[in-house]
Amino acid sequence: MDRRRIEENIFKGLMIVSTIALCLILVLIVAAITFKGLPSMRLSMITQTPKGGFYLGKEGGILNAILGSIYLAGGATILALFLALPVVLYLNLYARRNGSIVRLVRFCLDVLWGIPSIVYGAFGFTIMLFFGLRASLLGGIITVALLILPIMCRAMDEVFSMVPRGLLEASYAVGATRWETALKVVVRQGLPGMITAVLIAFGRGIGDAASVIFTAGFSDAVPNSLFRPAATLPLAIFFQLGTPFPQVQNRAYASAFILTMIILFISITTRIVSRKYTRHIIK
Amino acid sequence: MEPETHIRVKNLNVYYGKDHVLRDVSINIPDKRVIVIIGPSGCGKTTLLRSFNRLVDTVDGVRVSGEVMVDEENIFDPHVELTHIRKKMGLLSQTPYPLPMSIYDNVAYGPRLHGIKDKKKLNSVVEHYLKIAGLWEEVKDKLHTPATQVSIGQQQRLCLARGLAVEPEIILADEPTSALDPKSSRHIEESFLRLKKDYTIIVVTHILRQARRLADYVIFLYCGELIEHGPARQVFESPREKMTREYIQGVIS
Repeated sequence: MDRRRIEENIFKGLMIVSTIALCLILVLIVAAITFKGLPSMRLSMITQTPKGGFYLGKEGGILNAILGSIYLAGGATILALFLALPVVLYLNLYARRNGSIVRLVRFCLDVLWGIPSIVYGAFGFTIMLFFGLRASLLGGIITVALLILPIMCRAMDEVFSMVPRGLLEASYAVGATRWETALKVVVRQGLPGMITAVLIAFGRGIGDAASVIFTAGFSDAVPNSLFRPAATLPLAIFFQLGTPFPQVQNRAYASAFILTMIILFISITTRIVSRKYTRHIIK
Repeated sequence: MEPETHIRVKNLNVYYGKDHVLRDVSINIPDKRVIVIIGPSGCGKTTLLRSFNRLVDTVDGVRVSGEVMVDEENIFDPHVELTHIRKKMGLLSQTPYPLPMSIYDNVAYGPRLHGIKDKKKLNSVVEHYLKIAGLWEEVKDKLHTPATQVSIGQQQRLCLARGLAVEPEIILADEPTSALDPKSSRHIEESFLRLKKDYTIIVVTHILRQARRLADYVIFLYCGELIEHGPARQVFESPREKMTREYIQGVIS
């Protein structure tokens, strides 16, 4: 009897410690970038492009990278969504449930998910060379879209596979086609989950450095064309940290702070928006 | 004399993978009355019901042979327009599945799909069928709230209204009261009795007392075989088959 209680307490302790550790990691990361980055934080950081000598600027800001990242991750997310939605609807509505095709596609998605982003970068670069393209915003968008496609697909797949069959049947029973059912019932029912999937994909896309290093390149100018190189925040952080000048290195933490804030902001707004759409959901 | 019929089943066999679920079922379903399909669980009641609007198609690995003639059209003919067949039949499932939208939109869902766009027309359709389903008085002030916010019994009546709104001839109900409380169940049963003068209502149930209350015509299935069918009184009072009698008396289940 006593042994069982001890077991219970050990396990409880373990769970508490792990949970605290998890939260602590988040707090520490935010604290670190805040303390190291805040001294370099000025309004000019987010309103100006790099200026004033040194490699990548000790003055001015990183507006080029902020806008570059938002354009790039935004474009990639939209592109990936247009590719992911048909795949996921096919898996869940058209294909035979758990048939060999479905299993194969899911397996492919899992493998794709596991491929490191630098490999996507190298792959994107090869393709671009083949077509004679230079590093550009467009190249970055396409590469990042490929990178986040499996993530988005699997996240949405999870959501759509939870849609009750009875709900589909209810729609079929009044004479709806599969397409109508997909559009009006499944997407509606899965909307909050889809928003989360898109958010996860966007977060992954905006934070990835390796896939854009060759494909999007870097530029001090605010991106104004799909066919010109564009800066991104992760690369800005990477380059700033890599300089030998402490002033510029500190600005890397300010950049990291900005990147984290963007992700946090998007995460919170999506949550609020998706809550608005959950009121019709069938539980 | 054979009563008039919309649905004629001829030598229907259904297999799920290797399972032979319906064995050579042939029957004419009489019109404009309540037809109750009874039998122990796993005997193919639901499968037979779902053959009538080809919802069996959604089961993986299903194989069907034989014919189901609806209005002289074999619905298992590969050239048949599925949505057209399904539109002829309203469906009530075991648990109500309102669509993820408002009460109004649930009822208007079918009519909109089939081309009614006019707002006034839709309004009157929604009101009409909510009234038929006996739900109008309870929801008329909250038509635009999510369908999930009404009670489960009201949801089932909403599903009935949604099914009726596409103007079917037939209502298919698969143990429609199994998830409901007694009062809501009575609501559903009462609406069936009210509706049977205009619709053919096919009900699957494993509750014998409910079958006795509702049925004009009874179909008894056992292990995928059609054992007996006929007017309710005859089947319940003086069944021809020994198996039917034993089932009704509760000897076998």
